[in-house]
Amino acid sequence: MADGAASRSDVILDVSGLKTVFRTRGGEVHAVNDVSFDLRPGELLGVVGESGSGKSVTMMSLLGLLPQPPAEIRAGTVMFGGQDLLKTPDRDLRHIRGARIGFVFQDPMTSLNPVFTVGYQLREPLRKHMGLSNKAAQDRAFELLELVGIPDARRRLSDYPHQFSGGMRQRVMIAIALACDPQILIADEPTTALDVTIQAQILDLMAELRERLKMAVIWITHDLGVIAGIADRVLVMYGGQVVEQAPVHELFTAPKHPYTQALLTTIPHIRGARADKLTVIEGQPPILSAAPAACSFAARCPVAFGRCKQENPPRFPVAPDHDAACFLLTEEPAHA
Amino acid sequence: MPDGSPPPLVSVQNLKMHFPIHAGLIRRRVGEVKAVDGVSFDIAEGETLGLVGESGCGKSTCGRAILRLYDPTEGEIRIDGTDIASLNHKDLRAKRPVMQMVFQDPQASLNPRMTVEAIIAEPLDEHTSMTTAEKREKVRELMDAVGLNRAFAGRYPHAFSGGQRQRIGIARALALNPKFIVCDEPIAALDVSIQAQVVNLLEDLQRQFGLTYLFISHDLSMVRHIATRVAVMYLGKIVEIAPREALYEAPKHPYTQALLSAVPEPDPAFRTARTILQGDVPSPANPPQGCNFCTRCPQVIDICHKTEPAMRELAPGQFAACHLYNETSDHAEAPEAQQEQLEVQ
Repeated sequence: MADGAASRSDVILDVSGLKTVFRTRGGEVHAVNDVSFDLRPGELLGVVGESGSGKSVTMMSLLGLLPQPPAEIRAGTVMFGGQDLLKTPDRDLRHIRGARIGFVFQDPMTSLNPVFTVGYQLREPLRKHMGLSNKAAQDRAFELLELVGIPDARRRLSDYPHQFSGGMRQRVMIAIALACDPQILIADEPTTALDVTIQAQILDLMAELRERLKMAVIWITHDLGVIAGIADRVLVMYGGQVVEQAPVHELFTAPKHPYTQALLTTIPHIRGARADKLTVIEGQPPILSAAPAACSFAARCPVAFGRCKQENPPRFPVAPDHDAACFLLTEEPAHA
Repeated sequence: MPDGSPPPLVSVQNLKMHFPIHAGLIRRRVGEVKAVDGVSFDIAEGETLGLVGESGCGKSTCGRAILRLYDPTEGEIRIDGTDIASLNHKDLRAKRPVMQMVFQDPQASLNPRMTVEAIIAEPLDEHTSMTTAEKREKVRELMDAVGLNRAFAGRYPHAFSGGQRQRIGIARALALNPKFIVCDEPIAALDVSIQAQVVNLLEDLQRQFGLTYLFISHDLSMVRHIATRVAVMYLGKIVEIAPREALYEAPKHPYTQALLSAVPEPDPAFRTARTILQGDVPSPANPPQGCNFCTRCPQVIDICHKTEPAMRELAPGQFAACHLYNETSDHAEAPEAQQEQLEVQ
């Protein structure tokens, strides 16, 4: 919900009304329901949500990475560089994915090819998308490994993925994603499989790379701690929908959606006061077998009222860049 | 570990669990992975000891060895007065009801072909002579205790969500009225909003049944919540063990300090400088000479590369194995460690 047409020119990726459905033998799964957001140059947009909230499927949909069928993109537009990615033919999309939008996945072991050297996998996008010669690609590959802080980079180009540790593999993945100077980097839980001390190294590297390369980043995670540390703006997803969007400080100091509020109180802290009992969000996340006819959080919401169970709330603006999908935020407060 | 109090329920002395490495054509033994290498601690009755560390540090192996799911290489494990490490199989089996385990992955630790009732009743079949009706009743009591709907006793594990499956695993662990439960990453596979439900359940059950836990986790924030004392492991050894408050507020070992500072705080106001450790954990098949942490320690001194530091008590109940606190060594080093911690906060 990018407010106003004035800010349009300042947006490099504009997703609106995205709907993705999976057809399975057990019926349909409405994984992404009317998701809209934008991405601005140089910013880091954090996307948080629990498993099944639709955060990964959203990103996979907009890059055309979902096999169709079983997936089906029912509606929406994804504007990037003047074209709608959802209408872009596969061949062009492959080029965009390789060269202009980089992607880093959660598990670096399964996303690197074990039978090719790291150097080969780094050179591949450089030759394919940038038309570099073998020699030039080799030099650039070396530069990239240096950039992501891999010691002894020249020699390690001829190593295979299994010869790298988890943290180093994730650095290699980042190097591949950055190979063609993308405008956008999408990182899907890039530190979830890593230990905390290694996660700290990767977060540190990311901050440094953003500073140097000035690219826009979408960072998907379930870890609010990571989001607090790196994001500029945050989308909170629940039940396949964006339930809140806010600048990072506002999200943590003045969350508006009851789900965001509950999520922030349910996690224990490592510093500061220690609660005797953890606050619990009762119940289970929704099963997305149909398009939502009511607020997807209503069943677990401590402040839900009649209307929440009859209608699905749209996102109501509360401040610049801050909106939340909750009827409690409507102009005329409903009789609770 | 105060003296004069009743003996601890669990007492582990110098526990070692080494796995052989075989290589070559004739599978000759060429070395060993020192997964757990000389671990000692006590757990008092009713207490929760948190065991934290990064993957591969040996915390899960330690938990399994304590319950004799592995045969330890060396060491003594006293649980409720009996040395578990040296028991023969028959006596060990008789001892099983006292000590139980909750596993990390409720998907993998529940038999998909058994109903919930059969899963929870299995320990009763094995270890008690209850009648079918008694077992039925006991299973339903256990389901109540862990917050599962009795009506679902006939369903199979796949019909339940992750959090509910973990409740089934907990009910099974409780079936024989154990005194001691090893919880091996019981919440790691669960979503944030479900984690709190399971942790609160574990705490309620502890109060209700007077349970003693060894809570193994890599989630330092959750351990701060649930544990009364915390042990930090690195490369098969405990580097620091302390009461919760002391460990989180004034960690002594440089590894504990770095580990705590690496945990991202869910508060954007905390975007402060962290201690970032360089490099990776060395292989437990080939640990460094001297202190295990010397290859990554930001405050490493000469002696660390030569001699392994001994555990010493640095504050009441707070033990750490670090040369920076040697009486003989330069005292200027220790305050520096404190300084860094303040900066982090």
